Amino acid sequence: MSTLQMERRKFLKFSLAAGGGLLIGFYLPGKSQLAIAAERSASVFMPNAFVRIGTDERVTVIVNHSEMGQGVYTALPMLLAEELDADWNKVGFEPAPVDPKYNHPVFGMQVTGGSTSVWSAFEQFRKAGAAARAMLVAAAAQRWGVDPATLRTESGAVLDQKNRKLTYGQLAEAAAKMTPPAEVALKDPKTFKLIGKPVKRLDTGEKVNGKAIFGIDVKLPQMLTAVVARAPIFGATMKSFDDSRARSMPGVRKIVTVPSGVAVIADSFWQAKMARYALRVDWDEGPMHTFSTSQMMQQFREQTKSPGKSVRREGDPDAAFAKAAQKIEAVYEVPYLSHAMMEPLNCAVDLRADSCEIWTGTQFQTVDRASAAKIAGLPNEKVQIHTTFLGGGFGRRATPQSDFVVEAVHVAKAAGVPVKVVWTREDDMQGGWYRPAFVHTVAGSVDASGNPVSWRSRLVGQSIFAGSQFESMMAKKGYDPASVEGADDLPYAIPNLAIEYYQTQVNVPVQWWRSVGHSHTGFATECFVDELAALARKDPYQFRRALLLKHPRHLRVLDLAAQKAGWGKPLPKGRARGIAVHFAFESYNAQVAEVSVQDGKVQVHRIVSVMDCGRYVNPGIIAAQMEGGAIFGASAALFQELTFENGRLQQTNFHTFPALRMNECPVIETHLVESNEKSGGIGEPGVPCTAPAIANAVFAATAKRIRKLPIRMTEAI
Amino acid sequence: MISLSVNKQKVNLDVDPSTPLLWVLRDNLGLTGTKYGCGMAQCGACTIHLDGEAVRSCVAPLSRATGKEVTTIEGLSSDLSHPLQRSWIAEDVPQCGYCQSGQLMSAAVLLREKPRPTDEDIDQAMTGNICRCGTYPRIRKAIHRAAGMMAKGGAK
Repeated sequence: MSTLQMERRKFLKFSLAAGGGLLIGFYLPGKSQLAIAAERSASVFMPNAFVRIGTDERVTVIVNHSEMGQGVYTALPMLLAEELDADWNKVGFEPAPVDPKYNHPVFGMQVTGGSTSVWSAFEQFRKAGAAARAMLVAAAAQRWGVDPATLRTESGAVLDQKNRKLTYGQLAEAAAKMTPPAEVALKDPKTFKLIGKPVKRLDTGEKVNGKAIFGIDVKLPQMLTAVVARAPIFGATMKSFDDSRARSMPGVRKIVTVPSGVAVIADSFWQAKMARYALRVDWDEGPMHTFSTSQMMQQFREQTKSPGKSVRREGDPDAAFAKAAQKIEAVYEVPYLSHAMMEPLNCAVDLRADSCEIWTGTQFQTVDRASAAKIAGLPNEKVQIHTTFLGGGFGRRATPQSDFVVEAVHVAKAAGVPVKVVWTREDDMQGGWYRPAFVHTVAGSVDASGNPVSWRSRLVGQSIFAGSQFESMMAKKGYDPASVEGADDLPYAIPNLAIEYYQTQVNVPVQWWRSVGHSHTGFATECFVDELAALARKDPYQFRRALLLKHPRHLRVLDLAAQKAGWGKPLPKGRARGIAVHFAFESYNAQVAEVSVQDGKVQVHRIVSVMDCGRYVNPGIIAAQMEGGAIFGASAALFQELTFENGRLQQTNFHTFPALRMNECPVIETHLVESNEKSGGIGEPGVPCTAPAIANAVFAATAKRIRKLPIRMTEAI
Repeated sequence: MISLSVNKQKVNLDVDPSTPLLWVLRDNLGLTGTKYGCGMAQCGACTIHLDGEAVRSCVAPLSRATGKEVTTIEGLSSDLSHPLQRSWIAEDVPQCGYCQSGQLMSAAVLLREKPRPTDEDIDQAMTGNICRCGTYPRIRKAIHRAAGMMAKGGAK
């Protein structure tokens, strides 16, 4: 028996002594308790990839989008259960494996992002439910010898005209023998019982008793834990390392080099982390060792003085600006940002000679699998990804390079046993793939009556798509649409308009961060509209209104936000309101923030957020996303920034990269517009308005403009 | 060998006493409901009760728990019956859920000390617990709801 096995024996023996309350065993994640129950029962009817019905009446919905808090493990089952006429109390969920049949219907791969999950699944999941229902009805018709058209379904059962009843569980076996229908009719939305209702989330129980399994909780037989000493500077390469002390530390099993650094593999996380402290690694720091963000931002500012690539041009903004009665130019700046999900990155891998199984909280299964297969030297089909709950995603867990998965497969190759790579908070924050920093200058003008005549936006910053396998998506437009989204579709009626973008090259990896380009274009455009309103001596709400007459959905959320917030009504001394409206991810959001500023500190007292996301599925989850979006936006507006000096990131953890806390959290009121328009997104659209609404409120309170995030009154203009 | 009680069960551990309690709970005892978020008492995801007090287990060495009673989220109630769990469900509090064990454990101590907490009491007790999804407004509501339930005798 190897030492390892002996250790495991001891461990198991201990666990038995400890008894049932202290759970020892192997935690294989990602299934709701209902789903596990369904699997244990005979699950005989699986009419399609998305649903399974057991003889015990359990309905398990297989969800191909990752649950990172946004509620897909509830909203997507609702869609299916609606058309199935399932008994909602019997519905559970299960994460889908990686398979082309679970590809995102729009993106053509398995991915969760872009605030697309619910609308892209809207028909797909309903059809899956309707097809299952048709087969259950056919089975009942056969059993009773009647015409299926005479039967109806409700709450998990088929009924005939005499109210005879067969439950779905009773019909499951027979239904499995029916031919799936080629075409199914979907319900008239007027008859929806679940869709449109604030149905409670299915995953709350296991998230309030500690049972929900996140990637970091995964435990496999024989599994070891690894931490990796990574380069302190982007682009640095390892020269040598000395592990003589680390190797003899308790619990350490192996210390190996992987392309991203040196992996310390140990029995437990703490042992691995302690041994990493004892490791000495010499790095060739590479060309980024002098990199500083203050210099970079200076270069970006310089760059905005020259024209960028034209993204949109109407009229002659330069001529109009030159002869305008009143004009103004503003430079807006936003920093690199970390996603800082509560659960730091991690990935567990069980690599065998002919298979590779991965457990992780990922938003990007297809890409991760292909990347892992390449490292493992296996065909894609031999690699399986088990998607756990994600302790937040915000875009970080959809990395085109699959950084945290690829690295874990490399470590698993060296470990020889199942291994889980765990990132510390510091590792996670320093690991890159940030929201890119941007400088965005806007020059605008108004005529003598205060009507805007010109607007010229110049954005300078890194592209998310450049250098990734999605670079081809830029080819058609000639620029990265994710860099200018929200600026290039400026809705305001301004006759002379130019939007330009200069794409910079910086060796700091960047990617999507909740609301992507809108996270910075929303700030710059909505602050500048406010500046133009002030220039025109007009009320910022009325000024926007007059320029949005051709955009009824913008107007509707703007009006409702103003009304609900009591725009124009008196406030306690020292408080002021700011307003913003923005269209993103096919949804319209307006926010009014109420702030006060004391001793240079901005306090946000109240945020009113109004959303028009078209036809909606679960207003309870939508309200939660709007609350969370405003808080996410406020954290960035008030506190967050990543900076580099000598190539090294200056922030390491929540003390230097703060997040909004309970005592700083404003009252948030959300209002959802009733709409029959096509559904839009909800995870991201609630973020972009928060920073400009706060900044504009600060102006109303202090007459000082905020042009740089995070807000510092010392830098206000 | 270090002896302590975890969720009312006695355990003896042969683990380096300087190991943070968080990792003992997670890696040695398999109680993964207690979460790692920062490792430096900044985020509260690892909050547990040590002899009834809310403690950040990521910075509390195992030695500090010797002979003491540790309660983790798994010990709050086995059947979701704790008024806070019921309120969390009623208010649909969790989003990603990762921070919620810590939030609940902080709230439980608050309610024991202040059965009818004011908003200021909630601010004070809960400010050490970060939630990146932004569930604070619902946590506040759920704490008030649980306090109401307990006042009506809905709990121990």
